[in-house]
Amino acid sequence: MKRINVFGSASSTRPFGAGDLLALLLVLVVLYAGARLALNAPDVISGPTIDLKPRALPWYAALSVGRMTAAYTLSLLFTLVYGRIAAYNRRAEQIMMPLLDVLQSVPILSFLPVVLLGLSAILPEAIAVELAAIVLIFTSQVWNLTFAWYQSLTTIPKELREASSIFRLNGWMQFRVLELPFATISLIWNSMMSWAGGWFFLMAAEIFTVGQRDFRLPGLGAYLHEAAEQSNFGAITWGIGALILVIVLLDQFIWRPLIAWSDRFKVATLTEAEPPTSWFYDLWSSASLASWLRDRVSGPLLERVDQWWLRHFPVRETAVAPSVGAQWLGRALPLLPLAVLLYGGYRAGLMLLSLPLTQWEQIGLGLMATLLRVVVALLIALAWTVPLGVAIGTNRRLAALLQPLVQIAASVPATALFPVLLLFVLRLPAGLNIAAVLLMLMGTQWYLLFNVIAGASAIPQDLRYTSDLLQLGRLERWRTLILPALFPYLITGAITASGGAWNASIVAEYANFGGQTLQTTGLGALISDATAQGDYALLLAATLTMMFAVVLLNRLVWRRLYVLAEEKYRME
Amino acid sequence: MMGENGVLLQLKRVSQQYGSGERRFTAVEDVNLTLGEGEFVALLGPSGCGKSTLLRIITGLQAATSGEILYRQRPLRGVNPYATIVFQTFALFPWLTVLENVAIALKVKGVPADLRATRAIDALDRVGLDGFENAYPRELSGGMRQKVGFARAIVTEPELLCLDEPFSALDVLSAETLRGELLELWTGGQIPTKAILMVSHNIEEAVFMADRIVVMDKNPGRIIANLPVNLPHPRQRKAVEFQNVVDQVYATLAGQTQPEYLELGTAPGEPGRTRRLPQVAIPDLAALLEYLSDLPGNRTDIYRLADELNLNSDTLLSLVETAELLGFATIARGDITLTSLGETFAEASILARKEIFATCIRRLPIFKWLLAMLRAAERRQLDWNVVQTALELEFPPQEAEAQMDTMVNWGRYAEILAYNDDNTMLYLESGATSSN
Repeated sequence: MKRINVFGSASSTRPFGAGDLLALLLVLVVLYAGARLALNAPDVISGPTIDLKPRALPWYAALSVGRMTAAYTLSLLFTLVYGRIAAYNRRAEQIMMPLLDVLQSVPILSFLPVVLLGLSAILPEAIAVELAAIVLIFTSQVWNLTFAWYQSLTTIPKELREASSIFRLNGWMQFRVLELPFATISLIWNSMMSWAGGWFFLMAAEIFTVGQRDFRLPGLGAYLHEAAEQSNFGAITWGIGALILVIVLLDQFIWRPLIAWSDRFKVATLTEAEPPTSWFYDLWSSASLASWLRDRVSGPLLERVDQWWLRHFPVRETAVAPSVGAQWLGRALPLLPLAVLLYGGYRAGLMLLSLPLTQWEQIGLGLMATLLRVVVALLIALAWTVPLGVAIGTNRRLAALLQPLVQIAASVPATALFPVLLLFVLRLPAGLNIAAVLLMLMGTQWYLLFNVIAGASAIPQDLRYTSDLLQLGRLERWRTLILPALFPYLITGAITASGGAWNASIVAEYANFGGQTLQTTGLGALISDATAQGDYALLLAATLTMMFAVVLLNRLVWRRLYVLAEEKYRME
Repeated sequence: MMGENGVLLQLKRVSQQYGSGERRFTAVEDVNLTLGEGEFVALLGPSGCGKSTLLRIITGLQAATSGEILYRQRPLRGVNPYATIVFQTFALFPWLTVLENVAIALKVKGVPADLRATRAIDALDRVGLDGFENAYPRELSGGMRQKVGFARAIVTEPELLCLDEPFSALDVLSAETLRGELLELWTGGQIPTKAILMVSHNIEEAVFMADRIVVMDKNPGRIIANLPVNLPHPRQRKAVEFQNVVDQVYATLAGQTQPEYLELGTAPGEPGRTRRLPQVAIPDLAALLEYLSDLPGNRTDIYRLADELNLNSDTLLSLVETAELLGFATIARGDITLTSLGETFAEASILARKEIFATCIRRLPIFKWLLAMLRAAERRQLDWNVVQTALELEFPPQEAEAQMDTMVNWGRYAEILAYNDDNTMLYLESGATSSN
């Protein structure tokens, strides 16, 4: 388990730059456009009928995986193009990277209502909902992938780049021989994370329903939702079983083999630790089919593709300087989108101003309530993950025993379990409040736990021996060794976790369940309610507020802690 | 020896600058260089003298700020198609096999697959790597990896073979073997290469291999000498003639101790050049002085020190420069002589050494400047970044940071400076405020 860099460009401690403002403006205008479109959204949207018979499950599973695959393919294409432009074009980079940073920290789920309503106003219902789900999953998967690709491109060792220039590799060959192989490991790890995160949003999209508008999609999520609605415990068990089975199958047949395969792309010259293994990969690579495919199909094909590119796009002897006209065009062209942006921002401002003060008060109150829930969820998660994580991370036997269990538990997307959770918790007083915190907790605790385990197992053995020799007491040991060593990992985990908690608030604070609508005070509830009522000014204001709150928290609190952790508490 | 036709490469008044306005720094200044067919030239100098920059300009990886680069009388534009580089860190693609790494240079030239393999295997044979075609670079030792680097470079039959410190990342034995093997290929005419240009900071290596040594110095990077090496191959390192050339190069690089006002330079911000502090570890400096104090007459040839103290020439020259700068030694004609101050230091106790050291560095303009700023500052403390920003008017950012590191390091040893990394504040050490 590796710790990932959650702030691609955290080196600057300045909270906001011009690029950030532009990025925020862009998001604002896109949201406004969505909200404008949504004005024409139909008032009643009827969802699909869900079949609870177990034999319907394979079809639902196929639909869910299909949506994920479509979104992931889209993400990968976007990543390769966007990251490459940002890495090689200095001027574009100055806007593209802050934009990525803002988008990455925005609670994506808060955009779902706007996107759903906007699309269903212009497209047939079924297509609109399907597309909205894919867009949502795409936006949840794409940013870290793009960051990974961009970071790989910008960290390729200088001498490898020089070698490919001196040996005259053209753009395609550089991409195939240098850039893609160099980024492979990072792309695969991030794809895995994206995929895991995608389930959370897929389930949320499949079960999303507000008031008269039923946006559900046929799939595993809707199946679980329907099963919980009808209190059909048999179906609930079938549904969860199917979901876990799908996730495990994907892990064993796609991700593990890919990781084992990608080990060859390690740049580090020393062979450390044991290489990752996969039984399926071993089986596959020893099969004669694989070598036949390589020798007869992929090898010759690749050779042809390479030759085609080399013939048609040879290395240019000298860079052609752009003509004066082209230079002017290059300077003037960005002005047009900027003008559109500013006008859009102006219209959005008008819409926001039309909102009465009382509703702004509601938004403020909701923000506080949701923030409180996020903090409580985070504290509860810390309280149990730190002791357990340290125990697992420092004890091999325990790790061997618990690690697989934890991984399976973590692989089930929290949103899939939410309807089931409601079934039980709603009977309690303040039921939805508890359920909301629980959902946030379920969505976030695993990030923390995995990071704590990684941090604890990274404590150097000689430091542990030293604290044994010094006979440090339990308290002293935690204070001087364990907590400081965990700090960077805790911060990384907490940043991801709090992002997840904000996302969860959209589905957690408002629920259509058993034919009735339940809601509690909170920003997420406000967003869902505004979607149901068709109050588009409120929807825009609440969504924006959540976005700004999260971005601000990231910049002012998390980023500083992250920089502190990187500078002071890193084990070299 | 070489006619007009024999000239491969010509640099005319080539300069390379970075940055702009007040913060404009010259990496390479006004370099004139001619490389003829059949020549093996070594570009030698301390780190930071711009020799690698010059190599990149010659191969077209980098464009010079000004000046002309002619290859066979034609101005060079873009990457030089007649040159290849063997890199210091090998620069092999880790995910390609040895054979693929060599063959890729041919593939992009449109050589068909079967011919590619034949020629790549032939190149690997010549460097003695037959049998390792299907290994991955990570399975090979450093020396063998560099052989792949050589095979990849010669497989395209370049006219100009550029070597960027090709032996400095290798262990001593592999480096020595590889040097011999390269010389065999070159002097035996087994490769169609017309000329070799090798960047090196290892003086013995340059004398061992090259026909001509172009000596560069830093601040700014420039050529200070052109020394022919007229010794027949194979050269004997212990031979007197060989040692004489080494001595001559050391003498060129170490220079001559100047009168104090020239030697010390000026403070940052004042007219004139601020002297850069060499980056050395103080225990190493002490060891050098102790060694010298045990010698008869407290003097020796600098080149002998490299062998006897087992130091590379780069580190040795930095140490010698430090000793000279602080007044512990004087340099003349490649000899180093301990001063009486240096002798006192060498024989002093730990605490007395610190006091002597403190007195010495207080004389340096850059330290005077820093101490004066600290004394004038509120609560006698300054933020690291403030000082570094001020230094960046004199040095490029990276160099400014390195100078800060050295000042803090020396100041801490002398107990006149303190630095707190938590709040990045520099302090005057109490007791250091009153004197001087």
